[in-house]
Order: sequence, then C-alpha cells, then structure tokens
Amino acid sequence: MTAKLINGYEVVIGFETHAQLATNSKIFSRAAIGFGAEPNTHTSVLDCALPGTLPVMNKHAVAHAIRLGLALGSHVAPVSIFARKNYFYPDLPKGYQISQFEIPVVQGGEVSFFLGDEKKTVRLVRAHLEEDAGKSVHDQFPGESGIDLNRAGTPLLEIVTEPDIRSTEEAVAYAKELHKIVTWIGICDGNMQEGNFRCDANVSVRKPGQPLGTRREIKNLNSFRNMQIAIDYEIRWQIEQIEDGYDIQQATVLFNPDTGETRAMRTKEDSADYRYFPDPDLPPLVIAPEWVEQVKAEMPELPRQMAERFVRDFGLPEYDATTLTQSRAMGAYFEEAAKLSGQAKLVSNWIMGEVSRRLNSEEVAIETAPVQPPQLAALIGRIVDNTISNNAAKQVFDEFWVTGNVSLGQIIVSGSIEVDAQKQVDAIIEAKGLKQMNDTGALEAIIDEVIANNAANVEQYRAGKDKAFNALVGQVMKASKGKANPAQVNELLKKKLG
Amino acid sequence: MSLSLEEIQRIANLSKLSFDEPQSIAMQGKINSFFKLVEQMDSVDTEGVEPLFHPVSVVQDITLRLQDDVADTGNHREGNMQNAPAAQGGYFLVPKVIE
Amino acid sequence: MSQAPLHHQSVRALTTALRQRDVSATEVAQHFLARSQAHPELGAYLAIDEDATLAQAKAADMRLAAGTAGALEGLPLAHKDIFVTKDFPSTAASKMLAGYRSPFDATVVSKLADAGVVTLGKLSCDEFAMGSGNENTAVAPVGAEAAAPVRNPWDTSRVPGGSSGGSAAAIAAGLAPAATGTDTGGSIRQPAAFCGITGIKPTYGRISRHGMIAFASSLDQAGPMARSAEDCALLLSAMAGPDPERDSTSLSAPAEDFSLQLNQSLEGLRIGVPAEFFGDGIEADVRTAIDAALKEYEKLGAKLVPVALPRTELSIPVYYIIAPAEASSNLSRFDGVKFGHRAKEYADLQEMYTNTRTEGFGDEVKRRIMVGAYVLSHGYYDAYYLKALKIRRIIANDFQQAFKDCDVIAGPVAPSVAWKIGEKADDPVANYLADIFTLPASLAGLPGMSLPVGFGAGGMPVGLQLIGNYLQESKLLNVAHRFQQATDFHLQRPKGF
Repeated sequence: MTAKLINGYEVVIGFETHAQLATNSKIFSRAAIGFGAEPNTHTSVLDCALPGTLPVMNKHAVAHAIRLGLALGSHVAPVSIFARKNYFYPDLPKGYQISQFEIPVVQGGEVSFFLGDEKKTVRLVRAHLEEDAGKSVHDQFPGESGIDLNRAGTPLLEIVTEPDIRSTEEAVAYAKELHKIVTWIGICDGNMQEGNFRCDANVSVRKPGQPLGTRREIKNLNSFRNMQIAIDYEIRWQIEQIEDGYDIQQATVLFNPDTGETRAMRTKEDSADYRYFPDPDLPPLVIAPEWVEQVKAEMPELPRQMAERFVRDFGLPEYDATTLTQSRAMGAYFEEAAKLSGQAKLVSNWIMGEVSRRLNSEEVAIETAPVQPPQLAALIGRIVDNTISNNAAKQVFDEFWVTGNVSLGQIIVSGSIEVDAQKQVDAIIEAKGLKQMNDTGALEAIIDEVIANNAANVEQYRAGKDKAFNALVGQVMKASKGKANPAQVNELLKKKLG
Repeated sequence: MSLSLEEIQRIANLSKLSFDEPQSIAMQGKINSFFKLVEQMDSVDTEGVEPLFHPVSVVQDITLRLQDDVADTGNHREGNMQNAPAAQGGYFLVPKVIE
Repeated sequence: MSQAPLHHQSVRALTTALRQRDVSATEVAQHFLARSQAHPELGAYLAIDEDATLAQAKAADMRLAAGTAGALEGLPLAHKDIFVTKDFPSTAASKMLAGYRSPFDATVVSKLADAGVVTLGKLSCDEFAMGSGNENTAVAPVGAEAAAPVRNPWDTSRVPGGSSGGSAAAIAAGLAPAATGTDTGGSIRQPAAFCGITGIKPTYGRISRHGMIAFASSLDQAGPMARSAEDCALLLSAMAGPDPERDSTSLSAPAEDFSLQLNQSLEGLRIGVPAEFFGDGIEADVRTAIDAALKEYEKLGAKLVPVALPRTELSIPVYYIIAPAEASSNLSRFDGVKFGHRAKEYADLQEMYTNTRTEGFGDEVKRRIMVGAYVLSHGYYDAYYLKALKIRRIIANDFQQAFKDCDVIAGPVAPSVAWKIGEKADDPVANYLADIFTLPASLAGLPGMSLPVGFGAGGMPVGLQLIGNYLQESKLLNVAHRFQQATDFHLQRPKGF
C-alpha cells in the first residue's frame, strides 16, 4: 500500500461498523423491532432483564451473518460462542451485553473497491453477532435521563477491519462499499440517520516506518459526509498535537456535526475490565455446512461480480460497470434495457446521464421511475434507426417522464390492456413531430433551394473554406425545421456541390 | 494467593459495591480463607482438558436452539415497567447520564 | 384416604381423594393455609395470599366437577421464592426484590398450574439461593416483623438446611404436602436430608429455568420436594420437559411418567459406594445411618460395589469459583433502574448504583459477587474460572468412569445432621465444606436425590444421597421408592406436627 502523507505523517485507519440486521424480532427475544415507537412499547420481559428471563436466539439473524460471511469471502465458523461483556450502564438492562468474544461467527474476509481507478482491498478481522443497547434521552427530564429499551436486543453484526486504510477518502470509499454490500444482500436497511449502519473509525497517525501511533475512536459517524469531515478533522488534530509536542491519549471521541469537531467522551468507569466469559445461558452456536450451502444457493449476484459481468458481456468500461452497480435495482434496470435495445453503451450513457439526473433531482427510486427499461430501450432504438436525433430523444424522454405511463400506445390484447413501449415512444415522437426527414427527394429539393439562395457561401466553399460548408448545412437544417438527418445532409450537399 | 485491600477495593468498584474499612478487612479475611481452598486446584493437571460449560455436553452434543423470526407485536410496557423505582412518560428514570 | 389428618396424607392419597371428590380442593387448601398461619415460628413462608389460593382452589373444584381435572388437580403446593409468580410477590428472600411482582409465571409454576396444582404461597430460602442453612434471608416471613432464619421442625434451634430450607421445613411440619425447590450445589438434597423428607434434583436442563431467579446458570436446577419418592415422581412428571422458546439450556428430552418404574425390583442392582464419601469428613452418627441404609439395600437384592470419585474434595473450590462467577454477572441486573430496591440517597448515577446494591444485597451475596467478579477479572480468568471449568470436566468424566461399574451411586448427603442456628453463621468456609457431598453431582449436572434413612445426633434426620447417570431420574426414584416400601423413615414426623 502506497500511502499519501499529510505533513509527513502516514494515516492509519481501522473500522468497526455496527450493521443492524433486518429482522422482525430481536436477537434473543421475540419482541418486535421498532424504530421511533413510543418508549418501551417494543420490549419483552427479557429486554427489560426481568428476573427469570433467558435469551433464545433468532435464527434469521444467524442466516444474515452467514450471508455476510459468504459475501466477503470470510470463514463462517462451524461453532461460535456467545459471551457476556459486563459493565453497568442504564441502557444496558442486564448489566452485561451478549456479544461474541473469543470465537466470532464470521472470521476474516475482505472488502474491495475502487478509489478512482485504483483497486483497494481492506482485510476484515471478524464480524460478530451481538445485541444492541437501549437509548438514553437527556433532554426531557430535568436532572434525569430517560431510558427507552425499545432498541435493546436489536440484532447487530459488528464488522471489524484490520488497520489497512490510509486516507479519509479510502475510509469513506470502504464504508460506502460495505454499505452497498450489506444493503445489496438484504441483511441491513442501511439507514444511517436511523443508526442502523453505524461506523466507528479508529484513527492514528505516524511517521512512515514508525510503529502504530495511539488511536482515538470516532463514534457514530451517521453520514458519509460527516465521516469525511470528522476523520479529516481528527487527523489534523492529532498531527497538530504531536507537532506541538503532546502525546495522543487513547480515547473515544464524538463527532459534533454542528461544529465539525471531535470531542473526547467522558470515559466509562471500569471500562477497562469487562470480565468477558461464555454466556452459560447460550450453548455454542453450531452452523452446519448444509446450511451455509443452502444460503449460498440463495445469495444474489454481488455488485463486484455483476460489474465484472457487465464489462465481460456488454463490453462496458470498468467505470460504467461500477457506476451501474451502485444498487441491485440500477444494475437490473441497465441489464434489461441493454438486452432489449442491444445498445449497452448507449443505455449506460443514458442511465448515467438523463436517468440519473432525473432520479437525483426528483429523489425518485429507479424502480419507480416513469421511464422503465422497455421505454428507454424503445427510445434508444429510435435514435439508432435514425428516426430521431439525440436532442429529439431527450425531448421524448422528458415528455415521457413528465406524463408518465400515459395511455399513449396502449393496445387491447385479449381483452386486457397491455402497454407497448415502442408504441408509447412512437406516439410521443409523432405527437411532437420530432421524426427526422429521411425522404431524400424532399431533402434534395431543400438543398437545391439553399444552394441557389446562398451563392456566396457556395463560392467560398469551393474556394476551400469549410466554414462556408457548415453554414450551408445550417441553412438546410433550418429549412427542414431540424428534422433533416445531419449525416444525410452532409452527404447530399457534398455530392451536389461536387 | 491472597487479595490485598486494594484489590478488594478494585473489585468492589467493578461490582458497584462499597465497603468501609472494617468491612473491607472482614471481606478480605473471608475471601482469602476461601482462596486457601482454591490452592489445591494447582495440583490438577488440566493440560489438554476442554472446559465444561453445559454439563450434559459430557455425554451428548448440546447446541444452541434457534427460533423462527416471528415477532410478538403486543405492547407489554405496563407489565414490564410495573416494578420501576422511577418512571415517567413511559421511560425509566435515572440520575442524569453525563457523557 | 386413611383417617389421618389431611396434612399427614401423601400427594398420591390427596390427589386420589380429590379426584374421587372425597374432599374438595377448597377444603384441602383451607386446611393447609390454616396450618401455615398457625406456625409462624418456623418462618417457612414469605408470602401467603388466601384469596389468591382459594380462587385457584375454586377453579380446581370446578374442573374436578366438570371432569376436566389435571393429573394433580386440587393438590396444594408451595413454591420456593426463587420462582417468579404473577399471583404472589417474588423476592428471592432479598431486600433487593422486596415486594417485587412478576408479570409472568415461571415455567415450573405454569406447568404445575396446568396439572391442577393450587399455590399455597411462597417459601423462604437463602437470599438468591446462596447458603446451606437458610440463615441468609433478608425478607420478613409471614407473621414476623423482621427477616428471620427458617427453623427446623425437628428441633427449632437448628437450621433446616438450605437454600430450599423453607420448602423442606414446610413439608416436614405438614404446612404443605409438597413444594418446589431449586438445587445449585445441593439446595434440594441437603435441606431434604436435614428435615427428613425426600427431594430430587433432576439432570441439569431436565426442568426449564425460565422464571427461576438465576443464581448460577450452568448449575441451577429445579426439582420437587415431598415426603416420598412416589410423591416426587408424580410432581416431577408435571414439572419436567423441554422449554425451547424460553430456555436455551433446557434439554430436548421429552417429559416422562416418572412413576412407571417405581416398583421395579432392585435384584442385582449395582450400588456404587465411593470411598471418598466415607472419609474422615463424615460424622459417626451419619456414617452409622448410611451404613444401615446400604445394608437394607443389600437385603433388597442390591450389590454394593466400590467406585472412585477422586476429585470429591476439589469440587468445593471448583464450585465456589464457577457459581459465584456466574452469579456476579447474573446479579448485575439488580441496579435500581428497572425494578427492585433503589437507594434513597445518591448524588449521581454511580452512587445510585453503588448505594442501591450495597443496601440491597446481604453479606453472603456480596461475598459471592466479589469472588465471582475477581475470578473473571483481567489476568485471573484463565487461572481460576477456566481452570475450574476444566476440572469440572474431569469430575464429570470421573462419574462416567464410575457408572461403568454401577447403576447408581450412594452416599451421605451431608457430613453431619442439621447444625444449630448461628453455629456457622460467621464462617462461610465452614458452610462451603459442608456441601462437599452434594457438589460433585451438581458440577457434573447429574440427577441426585435425598431420602430419609435414619436419625443421628439430637434425633435429627439423616439423608441418603442417590446419584444417577444423566436422565436416569426414573431409576433413582425406583431405587428410593423400594427402600421406602421396606422402611418407614419417610413417614416419621417431628413432634407436634
């Protein structure tokens, strides 16, 4: 890894990401998961740690862990152990958190992504299953904090990397890639604002060749933008400290989005000694190879695999392929349109151009875009067969996007209404009169007239002035009200001018 | 082996218990007299012996049972909070937590 | 049903009489409620609620009338106050939980209720089941102002044993025909022995722990206590069975009718006698009674075979490391936030925690929390906790070795008869040493039981311990039952009760 230096310092970053697993019920109780519900209405007797309650494992959460392991090329442990992490905190109802310590369910693996055109790989240490804590509210009761245990027991996978990351950009790219993967394989909703994809960054700096510096852990970076700002700030802060002759103290710091600064948290008392030990309420988690195989068989194609396939099968540039696989939906959209039209590169250009522009400006999901793959394919088909020009196509696209799947082009098939994309597109072309003039006779007449009325330009062209030729083309296009096919105009005009 | 008063204090802090000095000394005496019994464990060679968690796993595989992900959507707050020492607006109340 | 008073009747006799409508569940319940309130001096009950009990009895009578009666319909029974109950407070005999009301019933409680059992109340025990004399109680028993130790009906100056002392004393005194108990290191077997009744701790995981206020998760096991093995079999059949949705450690083994093998002949039965259970530790009076019992078994056709349990002494440090370690974590939830005691005085959160726990827990509980936190703490985990768990496996393997040569293992339950209240109060280690014969089976998770086989010093009962292999409860009950068919120690009762 060649690391770029900042004032002569090398940046070393490792990530701990808490991905909230998409399940109906909690990891050790069957209470329903509920974000934003009334406090403590989504709790079972276990979530409140009432005396006599015991944990019972959620099978779906384990299946999600297997999915992640398969997606990241990790070892899915045939036997893993749940352990208790003991500490007192009001949002930790049992006085311990059930997590995995010595033997996690997912071991090793890696996340690869492109930073610009450079391929980066971040190695994973592990991913382990654990329960989330509750929430404390500090602003509702004077002098007191309110404890809401709705979130307590929500299943999490904590995904831990090696300190392989060497810059803020790389850190953000890693987080985006991981986010893409967990949402792609459907184990996490990935809503960072709601905290179901929480990233903690362990940041340290050192002079090249020196041993690792003391790290500070930045907690709860709840957006990629904040992640960028927070890590940049932390790096500058640490370098300044060292330059000013101070040592870095290991600490957990909170990022303040308002100030853009990081601030050391008050360290939890006794946090030094968690007294981990295997939870005697939970026998070993055993995952049979058959189960892993079954999950593997049900796994969707992963973004990287899909991108490689797009390059291979559709001859797309790596850049296009990566861009089109930002989400499963976009990849599927591209593939359908490309197959229907046989014009992969054009489809790619349109999706990265017009389609994305519209999606972004109107915050529409591609699945619900008014222009779906059949329409886009039909539109591109009309560009390719010279029925309309690129500019005309953009008008058709906009018209279609605004009017949506209007009844244009509907045909009755065995009593039921079926939408014929080609008819829809053609109807709009017709209605807006955007068809190119491909009738040679009519075009020749126009050209003859233009030549007759522009003797000066004709002279100049014959004298070798190309500009004059373009002027004549312009005249012809104008006379044809833009419907003439420019290529055809060039050809005929040249012929006539001899 | 025997615990010092400092260790008694450290463990008390970990356990959120407090002892005045006489109590600490009494606690130290009783704990240390127990640890005298513990010394005989040193004589046992446990090389290559696996720890035993669920005792019945001596004779049969005991593995974690997994439950289907079926949520109970009922609201059990009232029963779950009926013993709360301090509660308001559906929250458990504690002295302000400073981070 | 014989003419003897209701409180001298067996579970078998009472359930039969109830089914035949010779007596109503309400009458039986009223009889035992009256006796229970007539003997506050024993301190056996921590909670009685006549209305709740009689409402249950009424419902039982309706089912008896309707012919929809369960196997134990109308039988009154009291629960050790380690089991949480909706209808009665659940305190674990701790100030920490004084007045606590559980929103749900323990699985044991609901299973027995499904069988038709009527709950008489909650029985005293050592705080959080930590003790072997029932002297560590912090909740005032029914009819008393302050917390008090439970007294042994055979000699009220002596302890009933612990931690299920309230259960054993109540049965011996005829305040309940049967009771539930829990056994972590001997807490069913030892009080049963001290009070001259019969009790069985099944295989670990046989009975759901859901709703048992946890002490040591890998050791805690519920069990029935009654006068005879036959009665215990009837109760165990209703209590046992997997609880897959509530207890991940409960065994998948289906419940059985544990009465089926009661009468099998003991001809050719091999009874393993471990020399380590008959060493210097055991007192002469106990030794005499145990030897006589073993002779009786030979008369019944059993053969005595020597077996070795070489790590018997080690079970004391091993147990008193593992149990406190688990307890120190299990008791962390008692922090004054969600339920239970909260200190009145505190300046901030940390003080609230510390004052709450310092006020709420008794000395023995604090000692075990301290030992447990210590052996789990950084740098000591391997040397103590992990090492103890490894020796635990060696101890369990020793039993498997022994069971190659025998069908059951027999020996004393305790080295002595019940001691005087206060005698060992300030000497925890002396208490720990007295558990030496019950701890090995607890660590191995094996079923063990205690049956009365004679009397020792001060006319106090002596109990014989029978240990079986995993899931061999039926065999144990059979072996105990045949002895009780041939003898009448289990029918003896303390004067005045």
